[in-house]
Amino acid sequence: MSLDATLTRYRRRNRRRVLLVAVLALGALAGLLADLMTGPAGLPLAQVWAALSGAEGVSRGTAVIVWQVRLPVAVMALLVGAALALAGAEMQTVLENPLAEPFTLGVSAAAALGAATAIVLGLTLPWLPTGYSVTVNAFVFALGALGLLHLLGRLRGGGAEVLILFGIALNFAAGALLSLLQFVASADALQQLVFWTMGSLAAASWPAVALLALVLGLTAPFSQRAAWRLTALRMGEEQARSYGVDVTALRRWAMLRIGLLAAGAVSMVGIIGFVGLAGPHIARLLVGEDHRFLLPASLLTGALVMSLASVASKLLVPGVLLPVGLVTSLIGLPVFFALILRGRR
Amino acid sequence: MSAGLGITDVAIRYGNRAVLSGISLPPLLPGQVTVLAGPNAAGKSTLLRGIAGLAPRAGRITLDGDDLARLPAAERARRIGFMPQSLPAGSGLAALESVIAALRAAGGVEAGDPAAQAMAVLARLGIGALALEPLDRLSGGQRQMVSLAQAIVRRPRLLLLDEPTSALDLARQVRLLAELRRIASEGCIVLAVLHDLALAARWADRIAVLHGGQLHAFGPPAEVVTPAMLAKVYGVAARVETCSAGQLMVLIDHELG
Repeated sequence: MSLDATLTRYRRRNRRRVLLVAVLALGALAGLLADLMTGPAGLPLAQVWAALSGAEGVSRGTAVIVWQVRLPVAVMALLVGAALALAGAEMQTVLENPLAEPFTLGVSAAAALGAATAIVLGLTLPWLPTGYSVTVNAFVFALGALGLLHLLGRLRGGGAEVLILFGIALNFAAGALLSLLQFVASADALQQLVFWTMGSLAAASWPAVALLALVLGLTAPFSQRAAWRLTALRMGEEQARSYGVDVTALRRWAMLRIGLLAAGAVSMVGIIGFVGLAGPHIARLLVGEDHRFLLPASLLTGALVMSLASVASKLLVPGVLLPVGLVTSLIGLPVFFALILRGRR
Repeated sequence: MSAGLGITDVAIRYGNRAVLSGISLPPLLPGQVTVLAGPNAAGKSTLLRGIAGLAPRAGRITLDGDDLARLPAAERARRIGFMPQSLPAGSGLAALESVIAALRAAGGVEAGDPAAQAMAVLARLGIGALALEPLDRLSGGQRQMVSLAQAIVRRPRLLLLDEPTSALDLARQVRLLAELRRIASEGCIVLAVLHDLALAARWADRIAVLHGGQLHAFGPPAEVVTPAMLAKVYGVAARVETCSAGQLMVLIDHELG
């Protein structure tokens, strides 16, 4: 095959990847609409659309359901999925480990511990309005865990393996402390805590949505800017360094982004497993490992999966809203397996 | 301002263990291929990594008069290509993508289309047909050729290669070494770790022999590859003959007790 023919094929492949990213974006939007249509009172698409576009003739009740009840939850689902999957994609690359996800490194355990300190012990920052304490504690603890990890990693040179080992240790330490708090918790607090750790979108509010959107908006462009450096890191740390990549700095900034994204997501909705791990893997199967495509594809895959999980959490058991953290695994796994079994493109 | 690679009094330690000490070489010049030889654990790869800026080291290393320790990492990477012993096997990047990434990772891409540049290098190395294959579906030898493409795509002034022929069959070894000569003739300084002294003698202008973390010998193959050196450094009894074509042949007899 001639040089030009190969280059043409390469470019065509990239165009197809852009198209796939666009399809994922449309899928996420479709997921959003489906999410808005489902609930205790099913709404037809036409009504949802009319309410969204502010058309005349939409009942006040419908407008309230769409705008105040369902839209924050539906948008939160997209944002949480996007944040976790983007964090997972970056983490798998900077830690050179396909099993890494935001929670491998103890972020979720730390967030749960933070939530527990608020729920069980009532400890929180002094000037905080009540009602935010669980979220803020979870965020502070999750970010603190990554800060601690960063410091520990620095002591030993900050290599990927060291970070993973410290992360696992942190995970167990936070888990043990969490168990201790559960042990001393009242029955009421315990139930609240267990529900929190299962992950739920139900408490989503517009301020929370805005905050997570801000975090995503502030981190994702920097991830995208690092796309070539991250792609180069797939050749191994030493190779990337020989190409002129400052791997230490790349890893440090990526960990900060991952920390903000994961802590933001977890603190808002509790522990949502699977999306951070599977989102990037599904995206990789779809668009390959060129991070210019992989990062946005991961973000959108995560958003799509979370949105579908949100819909399913309302439909699986009629009349019952399942914790969405459980559902992500239930609907994500079959898709994941199917893609793996079908093999790589 | 002196052209070439200057290595003066270089020492490298891993923790408390001195791997290399007091390494000084006469300047390695553009157009020359120099082979680093020596037994296992002599410090060959370590020296390459030290020159590439991948291992902390003491001493002075200059490239065209510039102290490498003072060059910014991106500039150093632009001037030095490094080919490791092997690439990680688990990457699904296509060969072409990996070479483009090597070209673009540090930013500051020069004029021209990176994809076309990367493709031209793959074609030059005879692996253009593999350009769109994922790395984890290539053989070890094919990955080694891709790795060479990654190292030379930025047109480095200095090319460092760590056992570049280790996974190659005989024909590809010859092809790679001929390619190294061509790269050198274009004004590049080539420094390669090679175990095969016959190949080294055939293709290198100079051979540097490391032994026990120190420089044991340096010079043209005919001066360096001698029965005395083979006995002292490798502990092997061998004869060195010049064949009718004027090339050195190393005939191994036995291990020395």
